[in-house]
Amino acid sequence: MRIPDELRYTKEHEWLRIEGTDGMIGITDFAQDALGDVVFVELPAVGTVLRAGQTFGVVESNKTVSDLFAPVDGKVTAVNEGLATQPEVVNADPYGAGWMIRLAITGDVTSADLLDAAAYTAHVDSEQAK
Amino acid sequence: MARRTALYDAHRALGARMVEFAGWDMPVSYAGMLEEHRAVRDRCGLFDVSHMGEIDLRGPGAAALCQSLTVNDVDRLGDGDGQYTLLCNERGGVIDDLIVYRLAADHWFLIVNAANAAVDHAWIAAHATPDVTIVDRSAALGLLALQGPEAAAALGTLTSLDLRTMRPFTIREATVAGHAVLVSRTGYTGEDGFELVVDAGESAALWDTVLAAATRRGGQPAGLGARDTLRLEAGLPLCGTDMDTDTTPLEASLAWVVKLAKPVFVGRAVMAAQAAGELRRRLVGIQLDEPGIPRHGHTIWRDDRQIGVVTSGTKSPTLGSFIGMAHLEVAATPIGTPVAVDIRGRRLPARVVARPFYRRTSREASHANS
Repeated sequence: MRIPDELRYTKEHEWLRIEGTDGMIGITDFAQDALGDVVFVELPAVGTVLRAGQTFGVVESNKTVSDLFAPVDGKVTAVNEGLATQPEVVNADPYGAGWMIRLAITGDVTSADLLDAAAYTAHVDSEQAK
Repeated sequence: MARRTALYDAHRALGARMVEFAGWDMPVSYAGMLEEHRAVRDRCGLFDVSHMGEIDLRGPGAAALCQSLTVNDVDRLGDGDGQYTLLCNERGGVIDDLIVYRLAADHWFLIVNAANAAVDHAWIAAHATPDVTIVDRSAALGLLALQGPEAAAALGTLTSLDLRTMRPFTIREATVAGHAVLVSRTGYTGEDGFELVVDAGESAALWDTVLAAATRRGGQPAGLGARDTLRLEAGLPLCGTDMDTDTTPLEASLAWVVKLAKPVFVGRAVMAAQAAGELRRRLVGIQLDEPGIPRHGHTIWRDDRQIGVVTSGTKSPTLGSFIGMAHLEVAATPIGTPVAVDIRGRRLPARVVARPFYRRTSREASHANS
């Protein structure tokens, strides 16, 4: 399971890639594996203002509907339109082509709620031990 | 803790993801639901459905008991024949759907849903006459389902039983790879296929052998996830999800199963009244015009009035469309009726469509539908 060092993570299994004042957001390798084949992704409109912890969409496999949670405050500047027709990309490339939204970050990216790779790895280990 | 079938260790060894279903710890997928779904449509897949229940009825009164408790007509069955039928309560509500087999004039065999096995057994026992012996054999028997266009070829390498001459819903005693098995030409996927009843103690060995034969024909193990999308595409209802004890067979669009010519059976009065025109809602297929997955409990609307509710839905792996089953007011059930499905507050346009959503086109299909 891949947990890239350069990303930040939520306990709900979203990743955040900080690029200057922008943030790319998707779900982790662990999340896509737990969901199984992703068959539908619902994303917000460009311009939507999100607060950290707020749901911004859903990702569905055949068996499960899961909410997507914003890792940080911000305004949606782009969404991955390709997922509408090829949601399976989330499984194939969760940290790349399977990205979900881009934010103009307005919130605090040093928040203790955002985990670094080591802390997220420990979080995943504790979930798997359940 | 959830119960385990005799194949639990085999599933873990195959890397299965396990989930709890009907009180059982069952494999939901191995390589992935979509891959398993396609394997069953294109080649074959092997399912462990040992969680399902088996009930034996023996004695001179067994046939009459089956006839009075189920809605189909068991008088049509000869030895080795089976039929899809329903066990209903006095209000006509569906307690369970099942397959009833006549093994002999005084020996009948029921395969029932896992979640309802205990309820079914108690219901049958409560209605039984003293000349019938009822035994719940669920714990003693394993059940494997080999499904797909290559199923007959794969299973044929393991038995001398002539599978080609078996009509759908027939059952035969056979030796499969050295194991004494009841083989039926049945399934829950919309494909040709077979189900194998075997002593639970032998089911792990049988699983390994049948899986090897299936793998040689391009098949693979398949879990409950693929089983659900396969049965949905085939338009087959799931008891407890698409129908329940508050749903009659006619409301579940299973009128074809109900033989009202039979003078007496449990629930007949309600079903006869509904057949005469008192039906208010009915199970139909729906297809969304926009992407979105209808889920159990989503409401259905027409002209800003709720007219029904979704009972199950998925993105069809074979068709790519977003499909489901729903209970709708009868006025909205004609094919093509436009409706709207409320998915998390958004009303998505949809239409009533014919079931099955998917129908196989192989040579066997014409036999199955005859």
